[in-house]
Amino acid sequence: MADTPHAAHRPRPLSPHVFHYSWPVAMATSITHRVTGCGLAAGTILLTWWLIAIASGPATYNRFMDLAATPLGQVILFGFTWSLAFHLLNGIRHLAWDLGYGFSIAAARTTSILVIAGSILLAAGVFVLAYTGHGGYYQ
Amino acid sequence: MSLETPLHKVEGLGSSHSGVTHFWRQRVTAAALVPLSLWFGVSVLGLIGAHEAATLAFLSQPLNAILMAAFVIIVLYHMVLGLQVVIDDYIYVNWQKLSLMLLMRALALAAAAAGLFALLRIAGPL
Repeated sequence: MADTPHAAHRPRPLSPHVFHYSWPVAMATSITHRVTGCGLAAGTILLTWWLIAIASGPATYNRFMDLAATPLGQVILFGFTWSLAFHLLNGIRHLAWDLGYGFSIAAARTTSILVIAGSILLAAGVFVLAYTGHGGYYQ
Repeated sequence: MSLETPLHKVEGLGSSHSGVTHFWRQRVTAAALVPLSLWFGVSVLGLIGAHEAATLAFLSQPLNAILMAAFVIIVLYHMVLGLQVVIDDYIYVNWQKLSLMLLMRALALAAAAAGLFALLRIAGPL
């Protein structure tokens, strides 16, 4: 107990703040899963707005479609599309974990990279299809 | 010696008071949303640039109306479960946590009611 006063002055080890870690990719996908989940929660407003616009007659519907076609509208819709793609793919990864598969560090790394690449490809693919006139097949 | 009351022991819910209910419902809604989200994506891509009449015709078909209603309900339920975890993680003050939980659930309920009413109006003779 004699060295207690001395020990009190010694700098204690602190756990570093999240931004001081070099992020393992699995940590990035974990955080992104939560962030995209919160983004998609905001996206449910878009979904409800869209359905109400369809039910409210041509004028309201056309106003919604015009807003969606603006640059800001397209950026928001791309964010929504990518968030849905990421949350969907990473959600499948989570369900696989719940069944007991893919727990090794190597598998967690590989599937993280697959989810990131897959979500970007999926979202970009949807927009490429839309912009090259391959959407709108239910008209 | 256990400090648990006999009632607590019989209920078997642990310290979270709800057992595995939340965990299980989050997984079941997630599994349901895998095919529903894919259907939603394919549907919205197919409706890009569509006139009001074409969108109305698509959502008036019984199967599409039912799938869209299921998507709205299950998405919002999955959202409530997910945001509950986020609020639990970051909000420590009890009255703030309770207020946010109630507000979030009220908004989800309002969105579900509005979305389903819109679908009824689109698909039905309302």
